[in-house]
Amino acid sequence: MGMTMTQKILAAHAGLDEVKAGQLIMADLDLVLGNDVTTPVAINEFNKAGFTDIFNKDKITMVMDHFTPNKDIKAAQQCKQCREFASKYDISHYYDVGDVGIEHALLPEKGLVVPGDAVIGADSHTCTYGALGAFSTGVGSTDMCAGMAAGKTWFKVPSAIKFNIVGKLPKYSAAKDVILHIIGMIGVDGALYRSMEFSGEGLKNLTMEDRLCMANMAIEAGAKNGIFAVDEVTKEYLKGRTDREYKVFEADADAEYDEEYTIDLSEIKPTVAFPHLPENARTFDDIPEIAIDQVVIGSCTNGRIEDLRAAAEILKDKKVADNVRCIVIPATQHIYMTAMKEGLLEIFINAGCAVSTPTCGPCLGGHMGILAAGEKAVATTNRNFVGRMGHTESEVYLASPYVAAASAVAGKIAQPSDVM
Amino acid sequence: MKACGKVHKYGDNVDTDVIIPARYLNTANMEELAQHCMEDIDIDFAKNVKKGDIMVAKANFGCGSSREHAPASIKASGISCVIAKSFARIFYRNAINIGLPIIECDEAAERIEAGDEVEIDFDTGVITNKTKGESYQGQSFPEFLIKIINSNGLLNSLKDQ
Repeated sequence: MGMTMTQKILAAHAGLDEVKAGQLIMADLDLVLGNDVTTPVAINEFNKAGFTDIFNKDKITMVMDHFTPNKDIKAAQQCKQCREFASKYDISHYYDVGDVGIEHALLPEKGLVVPGDAVIGADSHTCTYGALGAFSTGVGSTDMCAGMAAGKTWFKVPSAIKFNIVGKLPKYSAAKDVILHIIGMIGVDGALYRSMEFSGEGLKNLTMEDRLCMANMAIEAGAKNGIFAVDEVTKEYLKGRTDREYKVFEADADAEYDEEYTIDLSEIKPTVAFPHLPENARTFDDIPEIAIDQVVIGSCTNGRIEDLRAAAEILKDKKVADNVRCIVIPATQHIYMTAMKEGLLEIFINAGCAVSTPTCGPCLGGHMGILAAGEKAVATTNRNFVGRMGHTESEVYLASPYVAAASAVAGKIAQPSDVM
Repeated sequence: MKACGKVHKYGDNVDTDVIIPARYLNTANMEELAQHCMEDIDIDFAKNVKKGDIMVAKANFGCGSSREHAPASIKASGISCVIAKSFARIFYRNAINIGLPIIECDEAAERIEAGDEVEIDFDTGVITNKTKGESYQGQSFPEFLIKIINSNGLLNSLKDQ
């Protein structure tokens, strides 16, 4: 029986010719990731367990992105603990304020993940790197600790759902709308324990940033990983970012899938996920007038340069509505610099937006844009759970950068055609 | 190995943000975090929970973030086992890795109510509801997972080997 892309990558990393769904395997890891919230727990466990060395200083990365620049004394202590550990073990890819970016935007940008890699990260959105044709999944801090010490971990081989992508997105429809549509269709546990595998002739119409956005939210459907077939777009993206050789794994023609869906990009409309689950996806024919207090454009889902260009296209020569606070957060320093050179930051500031240094900040209710009771936000982030961005009585509506920017201008949830 | 206690009951899709809100994650002290466990959906949980108590919920328990602080704060609050129809995969993995027993059982998740007195036999997967006089068959763990739980977590079990 044939194998899926994920199964092939896992088999190769376990030194096996073949694996089957449900099989427990021990796999070698190409990269182990942690952030300033999850790494301290891993370090505590590392020390408690009495480990004295790490498996490979070039295959561990620590990204201080969640509560940085340090939001309070406790957060500062946690970063200090990570910094000292990284220094002690001479970890090559340690990123701190000044060169840090949001981890899942930063690592692909730096070329730290290539097709065929097996990656674990103590952050649920580690599934983002599936965009590059890697097996990549979120784990907890204990797994991160074991991964740092041993360079391997156990997996249960997942089965998969196949998404056959066809067509091309209409103007003002975005990758975010595609993934919200899919999560709305299959539900927040629709892919539980399984892979979401994306392939098909429409893939050529999705940029690498589109794919990163979609793979990023595979976890919001409960998936173990999301993964895209490798093509010319992937190879072009990797040029100049890495000199590591990589192996491209393709799904076998007779690979077995639990379910198969065809997604026609040309039918995708601007979509908003209503509180308090990402599966509550609605299109604008089903959205009443909802006044908003805040807009957040950023995060590991939608803080990349194409996202900022999309938002700037809407906000150019317009003003953010009175009583709306619009916060723009470029996801990395490189994106920040590019946005500056392209004049996007000027567009944002002229429109009345606040522009922040890279941070996960408001997405998880950390800092830099917390909501009060009763407040509503449109955000390009990935979760709209109860209390996610602040008070338990606040609300988060998930949307694309186009919709978020249009909503900032309109002062209510709006689509680009309402303001352009 | 057995667990016995009073039940705290929740619904579908209990996410890690309500289990332990990110605003408290500037510390990795699990005893401190236990004081805020579940507070966004059950403000009195930390006050009411007693050592050995059992948490029961419906589908997709622990969805969302990978924060190990979620199962760890539940464990530190004194909960001896979580029963649900299904668990989000990272939570499932984290719970086992830190030695918090979890069991999937549709019938138990439906029938058991808040305040019921429940006993769980981990070797057989049998869940007994003493209040209602019923029992349900939960999924028992594969042997390698029992080893991890008995060693009080993955790292201890690696050391035990």
